[in-house]
Amino acid sequence: MRAAGRPVRIAAGQGFWGDWLEAPYRQVTGGPIDYLMMDYLAEVTMSILQKQKSRDPASGYAKDFVPQMERILPLLVERRVKVTANAGGVNPRACAQAVAAAARQLGLGGKLRIGVVTGDDLLPRLDGLLARGHDLKNLDTGRPLREIRDRVLAANAYLGAAPLVEALRQGADIVITGRVTDTGLTLAPMVHAFGWRADDWDKLAAGTVAGHTIECGAQCSGGNCSVDWQRIPDLANVGYPIVEAHADGGFEITKHPDTGGRISVAGVTEQLVYEMGDPTTYITPDCVADFTTIRLTQAGKDRVRFAGIKGRPATDKLKVSLAYFYGYKAVGTLVYAWPDAYRKAQTADRVLRRRLQDLRLTFDAIHTEFVGADATHGSLATRATRFADLPEVQLRVAVRSREAGPVERFTREIAPLILNGPPSVTGFAGGRPKPEEIVAYWPALIDKDVVEPCVELVDV
Amino acid sequence: MRKKASRTVLLLDLAHARSGDKGDTANVGLIALKPAYYPHLVKHVTAARVARHFRGLITGKVERYELPNLNALNFLLHGALDGGGTVSLKTDAQGKVLSTALLRMEIAAPR
Repeated sequence: MRAAGRPVRIAAGQGFWGDWLEAPYRQVTGGPIDYLMMDYLAEVTMSILQKQKSRDPASGYAKDFVPQMERILPLLVERRVKVTANAGGVNPRACAQAVAAAARQLGLGGKLRIGVVTGDDLLPRLDGLLARGHDLKNLDTGRPLREIRDRVLAANAYLGAAPLVEALRQGADIVITGRVTDTGLTLAPMVHAFGWRADDWDKLAAGTVAGHTIECGAQCSGGNCSVDWQRIPDLANVGYPIVEAHADGGFEITKHPDTGGRISVAGVTEQLVYEMGDPTTYITPDCVADFTTIRLTQAGKDRVRFAGIKGRPATDKLKVSLAYFYGYKAVGTLVYAWPDAYRKAQTADRVLRRRLQDLRLTFDAIHTEFVGADATHGSLATRATRFADLPEVQLRVAVRSREAGPVERFTREIAPLILNGPPSVTGFAGGRPKPEEIVAYWPALIDKDVVEPCVELVDV
Repeated sequence: MRKKASRTVLLLDLAHARSGDKGDTANVGLIALKPAYYPHLVKHVTAARVARHFRGLITGKVERYELPNLNALNFLLHGALDGGGTVSLKTDAQGKVLSTALLRMEIAAPR
């Protein structure tokens, strides 16, 4: 158990679904930690999971989570490390059952309590909510949800830290949730350990800033860091971040010894401004944090101290993330070689567009990029660069439509260019592009009091 | 420093940056490489100047927020991502490298 006065150590184990499989194991074995925080859910993940669940009622959660837990469960029990994870997706109960089954297989029966947080899934309640006047207007466009109601695939409210705190209070060793904010996964252990009140706004804001700092895993410890990137040591062995939190709301970000990467004021600042809106008003279900109050100091090698963080009362709304079927898209690519690679690719694009036009295919959008010339910086790059000597350019043409037909036909117009378009072309071994279904995102707000988080316990 | 004309520098020489997305809006956090550069960035890297820099590449307005505590400015580039997320047809659908596109800007050299 944690000795009184010692900081609580919360380690980031996954920054997104698809993050480094080794990270959780390294965080648990690399040194002492109290909590492992694992963030799995991006905005569109829920719709993918909802689709999986509609085919198989026992699925709908982040499948990778179970083998990851299997690998570390005995260590978690031995070292009394607890886990907070939003791996439950749209089926946290099934996820908990799968982890419980794995634990029993490992002989951990009687040694583990799993907390399950639900209540975020609004899909089954959607028509009732709309009927009662919750119109779930799109936060960006202002349009009412009614317009796309029949195409909605997922609807989840973002829950905050509170239900995780309740699960921890009831003795959960592993808390598995559905759509909980990334920051709530880190804040909850602090609230639980220090007994912060629901209106300790400055402390809740501090925990929220801590959560924001580590929610993208190594992106605050040297990964994807642009400042001095060439001298960041040993990224192959990068250490994921650890929050060392104190009861007064102060905390430090560090990492295990003998790991690569770097924790510096500059690198941490890059993560603080990542996906930032108005920095004075970072809204979560738990509080409103003011990022302009954060004071950072380098407190040692690979150690940054946070102080001064101020917060304000939480709002009476929760954000809702809805996903709906939008249409289809496809991307076709071909690679043109020197000499005149760029001009050949431009010519091929003109030929392709003419043929699409002659076929009377219409799209919501056709988008052309010349990878190697303008794909990332557009005209800012083409104004500054000379193109005559480029060794190669990839032509990348993408189309989008509400209808499958034109997109399907487009996918058949790429390959012919190999023999009937401009010369010195290659890079088509992948075959014909495949039309993809587009699941689009619809952000909205809902009154907090209509969402009821629920905590259940599963004893292994 | 890369002197472009006699008295201008690339923003790359004064700042580092990270960008991300919220729907069809990209954010670029611009951080002074030295605290002494921050007032210079506040003065020269205005919302209007950034909007001019990205003209033709974004469809909406540019907003700027100041974080003097972090020597940082935060820019919101609206309509930067062709609809954003899964709808976007762009390679950089999430605006991950718009950070470096901003660092191409030339501004007056600090004294």
